[in-house]
Amino acid sequence: MPLILPILIPFLTAALALLGWRSLRLQRWLGVVGAFALLAAGIGLLISVQNEGIRTAQIGNWPAPYGITLVADHFAALLVLLVGIVGSAIAVYSLADIDEPQQSFAYYPLLHVLLMGVTAAFLAGDIFNLYVWFEVLLIASFVLLALGGERPQIEGAIKYVTLNLISSFLFLTAVGILYGAVGTLNMADVARKLQTLDNPDIVTTLAVMFLVAFGIKAAIFPLYFWLPASYHTPPAAVSAVFAALLTKVGIYSLIRMFTLVFDHAEAPPTFPLILVLAGLTMLTGVLGAIVQDDFRRVLSFNAICGVGYMMLGLGMHTPLALTGSIFYMTHSAVVTAVLFLIAGNAHLVRGTFRLDRLGGLAREAPWLAVAFAIAGLSLAGIPPLSGFVAKLILVRAGLEAGEHLAVAIAIAAGLLTLYSIARVWDAAFWKEPPAHEVPIERIGGEHEPGPLLPREKFLLGAPVATLVVLVVIIGLAAGPIFSLADAAANELMNPAGYIEAVLGGAS
Amino acid sequence: MKSLILQTAARYLLPLLALYSVLLFLQGHHDPGGGFVGGLIAAASLMLCALAYGVPVARDVLPIQPRNLIGIGLLSAAAAGSVGTLQGKPFLTSAWVKLQLPGFGELELGTPLLFDAGVFLAVLGVTVSILMTLAEEEEEE
Repeated sequence: MPLILPILIPFLTAALALLGWRSLRLQRWLGVVGAFALLAAGIGLLISVQNEGIRTAQIGNWPAPYGITLVADHFAALLVLLVGIVGSAIAVYSLADIDEPQQSFAYYPLLHVLLMGVTAAFLAGDIFNLYVWFEVLLIASFVLLALGGERPQIEGAIKYVTLNLISSFLFLTAVGILYGAVGTLNMADVARKLQTLDNPDIVTTLAVMFLVAFGIKAAIFPLYFWLPASYHTPPAAVSAVFAALLTKVGIYSLIRMFTLVFDHAEAPPTFPLILVLAGLTMLTGVLGAIVQDDFRRVLSFNAICGVGYMMLGLGMHTPLALTGSIFYMTHSAVVTAVLFLIAGNAHLVRGTFRLDRLGGLAREAPWLAVAFAIAGLSLAGIPPLSGFVAKLILVRAGLEAGEHLAVAIAIAAGLLTLYSIARVWDAAFWKEPPAHEVPIERIGGEHEPGPLLPREKFLLGAPVATLVVLVVIIGLAAGPIFSLADAAANELMNPAGYIEAVLGGAS
Repeated sequence: MKSLILQTAARYLLPLLALYSVLLFLQGHHDPGGGFVGGLIAAASLMLCALAYGVPVARDVLPIQPRNLIGIGLLSAAAAGSVGTLQGKPFLTSAWVKLQLPGFGELELGTPLLFDAGVFLAVLGVTVSILMTLAEEEEEE
């Protein structure tokens, strides 16, 4: 299977959907079919990486390090598959969640441009190329975030755009300095040339600049403010795809850069710093989650807490810890997406995300309550669900590495996550609904809250149910996914294999 | 805003700018130029028309919707890239054909030309849709 396929499929979908501008029906079909084709390509890519090892493609047949290289190792292939899974679920959910006036603002083309940016960022083997794909996904996300044009959305979008542009600015500056220092931007080539670069100051500067630039995108402490300020404003389907995938791109870039490029004898000791940031991210994230009174803001802060867990594995920097991080990314993409979709479902029924105005959903929508219970408990790390396995690996790795404080924080954050989820459960699903009429919170749509039509029930319920089943499967059948994550972590710990795959034996 | 000077000048400038955009596009393979800047110049010629005669006239000059141009442009760029993939080589690998034209000589055509044409159309489409939307809002006020 050509390596370009996971990038080409969303590209073609977006282009064809633009041509079918006049027919929303055609756009919807294209949007869903394209997303499932991406899922199929993701599966194909993972299988081919399993069989053949690290795969590379030299775009335009120009050899690395001069041309643009696409690289798929286990880590990238697994993440591309996750984009396919989440993208398919969102494409179906959007059919009922995003109403027609919003869809007519090029919703499906933009969604696919976003998916293209995310998959291509995972496959990029060149730092400048990575920057370009960041911009592609950011531009699409700017529009999706403001879709609907309500006042809070514009406010959220301004914060989001400002902080992300600062991050892009830092990223591009770092890329420029890096090119000045080593004269190449191919990641494998950079990794090789930095080892012999006799200028530790510049390497330290670069490491810190990349840490800050990707740290903003990944929403780590203390750079995460844009996330809870904006993720609760767009339509639910949009916030779900953002929360599930966009921070992953930041974390992916951090893990890729710090295991491949900044991991050698001469490099500055960044891993202890990352470990500290991870601990603070977990704590501030979960503490934020327990005081919020908006369904999606609770989830946003929990997503930040999750970022902390994924950083934890990178900070400890042992094979098992990285396995834990990668496992956590798999778990987190699915569980975050489904929790945001459940919040969107609650909003469609009740017209609000405010916890004090929700209530009684357990009686009104029992299946939704079951889905929330499973996904929420998984997020908190209750066995036998996916979150438990992910946290268990990280805790085990922490104990082996002797990082007892980090382990204590991880466990405490897990308990507080449980508390924050229990709060949502109590407020939204368990307590009696408020007696008086609640004001409707609009996100640009014309949808009136109320019981769902059978068609809507299916379109909203099927993605939620599928993702919840996946959460259970990831927990129960953890073995195969663990071995995948383990293979990915081993490739990350031995960057020589990656460099060899990209540059061949050439010196 | 109607200005006789602008309207008269635009009548002569429009075809020149359109020709210049094609020239820039064609010489882009070896010399400065290419689809991007060509598309920008073509969009500028249309905007000159919109300034001189109003947006409705400019919309009539362009035979198809600007957003369709974006779609067609993206698809031709993707098609140009896929030729390499279909030949079993990496994406975007260029393929060339040599044509013998009687009385003209040899003409070499390749996928980079198609790719650049895609860029030209996409840039033209994006720029024109942005500028026309803005200009129409201005006229409504």
